[in-house]
Amino acid sequence: MGYLPHTEDELRAMLRRIGVEHADDLLLASVPRAYAFPEIDLPEPVSEMEIMTELREMSEANTDLQRVPCFLGAGAYHHFVPSVVDHVLGRSEFYTAYTPYQPEMSQGTLQAIFEYQSMICALTGMEVSNASHYDGATAMAEAVIMAISVWRGRRRKVVMSPTIHPEYRETVRTYTQGMDIAIIGDYSLGNDIPALVDMVDGDTACLIVQNPDFLGRILDLSGLAERVHAHKALLVVACDPISLGMLKPPGDYDADIALGEGQPLGNAISYGGPYIGFFTCKKRYVRRMAGRLVGQTVDAEGKRGFVLTLATREQHIRRERATSNICTNQALNALAAAVYLAAMGKSGLAQVARLCYHKAHYAANAIALLDGYDVDLAVPFFREFVVRCPIPVADLNQDLYESYGILGGYDLGQVYPELEDHMLISVTEMNTRQEIDELVEALEGIVR
Amino acid sequence: MTEPIIYELSAPGRRAVSLPVLDVAPSDLPPTMLLRDGLDLPEVSELDLVRHYVHLSQLNHGVDVGFYPLGSCTMKYSPKVNEDASRLSGFAATHPYQPEESVQGNLRLMYELQEFLKSLSGFDGVSLQPAAGAQGELTGVLMMRAYHQSRGDARRNVLLIPDSAHGTNPASTTMAGFEMVELKSDARGNVALDDLAAHLSDRIAGMMLTNPNTLGLFDQNLPQVTRLVHEAGGLMYGDGANFNALMGVVKPAELGFDLMHFNLHKTFSTPHGGGGPGSGPVGATVALAEFLPGPIVVSETTLLDAVTGERLPEDVVDGEQDMGVEGLWYRLWMPRRSIGRVKSFYGHFGVCVKAYTYIRMLGAAGLTDVSRMAVLNANYLQAILKEAYPLPYDRVCMHEFVLEGRVEGAPDVRALDISKRLIDFGIHPPTNYFPLIVPEALMIEPTETESKQTLDHFAETMIRIAQEARENPQLLHDAPVNAPVRRLDEVRAARRLVLRWEG
Repeated sequence: MGYLPHTEDELRAMLRRIGVEHADDLLLASVPRAYAFPEIDLPEPVSEMEIMTELREMSEANTDLQRVPCFLGAGAYHHFVPSVVDHVLGRSEFYTAYTPYQPEMSQGTLQAIFEYQSMICALTGMEVSNASHYDGATAMAEAVIMAISVWRGRRRKVVMSPTIHPEYRETVRTYTQGMDIAIIGDYSLGNDIPALVDMVDGDTACLIVQNPDFLGRILDLSGLAERVHAHKALLVVACDPISLGMLKPPGDYDADIALGEGQPLGNAISYGGPYIGFFTCKKRYVRRMAGRLVGQTVDAEGKRGFVLTLATREQHIRRERATSNICTNQALNALAAAVYLAAMGKSGLAQVARLCYHKAHYAANAIALLDGYDVDLAVPFFREFVVRCPIPVADLNQDLYESYGILGGYDLGQVYPELEDHMLISVTEMNTRQEIDELVEALEGIVR
Repeated sequence: MTEPIIYELSAPGRRAVSLPVLDVAPSDLPPTMLLRDGLDLPEVSELDLVRHYVHLSQLNHGVDVGFYPLGSCTMKYSPKVNEDASRLSGFAATHPYQPEESVQGNLRLMYELQEFLKSLSGFDGVSLQPAAGAQGELTGVLMMRAYHQSRGDARRNVLLIPDSAHGTNPASTTMAGFEMVELKSDARGNVALDDLAAHLSDRIAGMMLTNPNTLGLFDQNLPQVTRLVHEAGGLMYGDGANFNALMGVVKPAELGFDLMHFNLHKTFSTPHGGGGPGSGPVGATVALAEFLPGPIVVSETTLLDAVTGERLPEDVVDGEQDMGVEGLWYRLWMPRRSIGRVKSFYGHFGVCVKAYTYIRMLGAAGLTDVSRMAVLNANYLQAILKEAYPLPYDRVCMHEFVLEGRVEGAPDVRALDISKRLIDFGIHPPTNYFPLIVPEALMIEPTETESKQTLDHFAETMIRIAQEARENPQLLHDAPVNAPVRRLDEVRAARRLVLRWEG
């Protein structure tokens, strides 16, 4: 097996043409004999039929979201994906191509990315979108590096909100551990927006906030950019793409960079990946932005066409002077996002956003009425909200799963000591009223 | 042949999807100041949408369309079963924060894939988290940094990188706050040992080496190189981009590499997706494994319920023990001195499912055959084509080789012209102008899944183009003429930036 087409006759003819007797002579011409052909400990190979049986069994050892109600979000969301998305992704002219280095043979990928960039700009209200990063977390790390680069390394302070996804903050720290920069602000939940703005000064490269934040709250960021720009620092906003079906986009409140996790746009939840980080900025910063970028041009006959552009920013040209090493985007995930956005269109995305919003509020209102549970209904929120629980969240979730077959919310105490016994509940258009009612009854039943 | 932009197909009020009606009482919306005014997305029917993307797909070349000998990218055939595997709903519809007892299937697959990669490479630890090869490199450099710092050796901040390296190597070095020194290659395409010796010092953090290198050559000085770098206190990082030539042939850890990334999308037949998603797991020796990014998956032997397979509680009551059987339990675990996470969650799980499927179907002997045939195919093409084009490093190659894209008697013809002419014959051009140490480079990687007929057809086409270059070079300068578009004005694209549809 190995999908090898060579027949015995062909092998002989090829070896003769090369002028060796055995294929292994080619390997042993340069591989040191002492190390060649080591023992490899792998299971015996199986046929296609058998591997699918094995994989089906493995996958069925999981509890998948088709089978149980799920109220987990926290950065990965269970949204409806129209059939048309996967059918387009299944076109192997798309998925068996590589980065469009030869534009004349890659107009499909290039135009699809150009359209993705156009729709992401419309969604975020920003001027420029790149072709995408690995995920929301790495997009944020690239934003930090970009802000440092805008200041050519002269400003080495980054102010980061504590209500940014904890894994994004961790990723930013991993990426920048060799860069000698100070990241402040996120050590206490007490640091709200006014407190964070007070930390911005003449040494600050950027302020980063998330909206809706990790706790689901919709923040009013009007006027924030002005205060950040007074110190010539950049405002970086991480946002949720579905929420932008109804909420004011970061471009409207003058963000310099806006980014986020694009998974909710037509991408399978797939146990955390592959996802897609969308990344946008103001046009004036485009030459400082990392990542692939597709631009429109014309061919030798004046016909419209698309190419990768501004390559002089990138690692294969700049090598050690490049600010990022990224050399691919998440093209197939970007294609999924583009097909999803076009399928939903203007009215569909707004409708999905409203379904999430109203269902989340219906759930929050009902849970707030339960004895022992507490929900702050005064703060505006989108599809996630925080519930203070009467017992530890881990115990609650275990009971929800084992006795009721429900995947409960995210245990906030894992990452915020201040929020011990607090659960982050996510409700999307996938949760029916019946599922929400079951959750509410289960929460009530568990503590009764 | 061009296709309208999706916005140009839009008509107010059209839409492609149906959504459920709201089944709960609506709540008050947030204050207007928090809401958006309009949303300029296209409005199309489902049929418009399908035709649009089918048309776009037809403007693309992929491995499933035709030969794609793009050097360094390993454009092999990706079996269709991989696609079905990663779409099984038990995998595709699981949330990364589900409790571990509800994702034992996922965790087992990840654990076993880690073990498979360890077997193939000889490393002691593997993290599946890095999203792509470039991120695997950054991971590796950060791990080297953490290793030296943990030993109080913080002034080691210089990495040695050969002049044949991918651009990502130097860029990863800079991102990690290191400096780089470029090493020369010798006349046979190996690392020049005298240049290496001249640059060794107690400031050396290590060396990044692609092997086989980007000339497609196995570095014959490798044993000396690793010995010299190790003696100087440095670490050897392997860029595993070319691992397709080495499966079952050598184990990088045995050759002296301390850590290496794999490219699942190249070596293990998870398709390239038009430029992603890839996957770049990193393997490390025992001294470096504790610095791996995570979480990774570990297993432990425990008592499982004989019927349901669920883990029995630790305080299982006496007498109930015979209900249980010994089995493996899988959980996520952060390596003790990890550099931290390099992305959210655990890596490109969906891509890992495909790589797992491929390795299970091929086994050790099958994977060795893959490497053997990849090397055979490359040498076969090299043997034929070196008669038509200059071959600067004339020796047995591994899975790819580099020609000079010029033709005697046709001084104006460049590698770019040859490449564009190939497009007219429905063949994707080789990698152009890389590696930088070969002028007018054409880097050709046929991969093992191509038949002799395909290789012969490619060779004949290349020879025909060399002939055309001498007889009618204008044909090459004008190419392509049979593609959806003619040669595109890249200078104009960069000068007059149009990065989104502007109506």
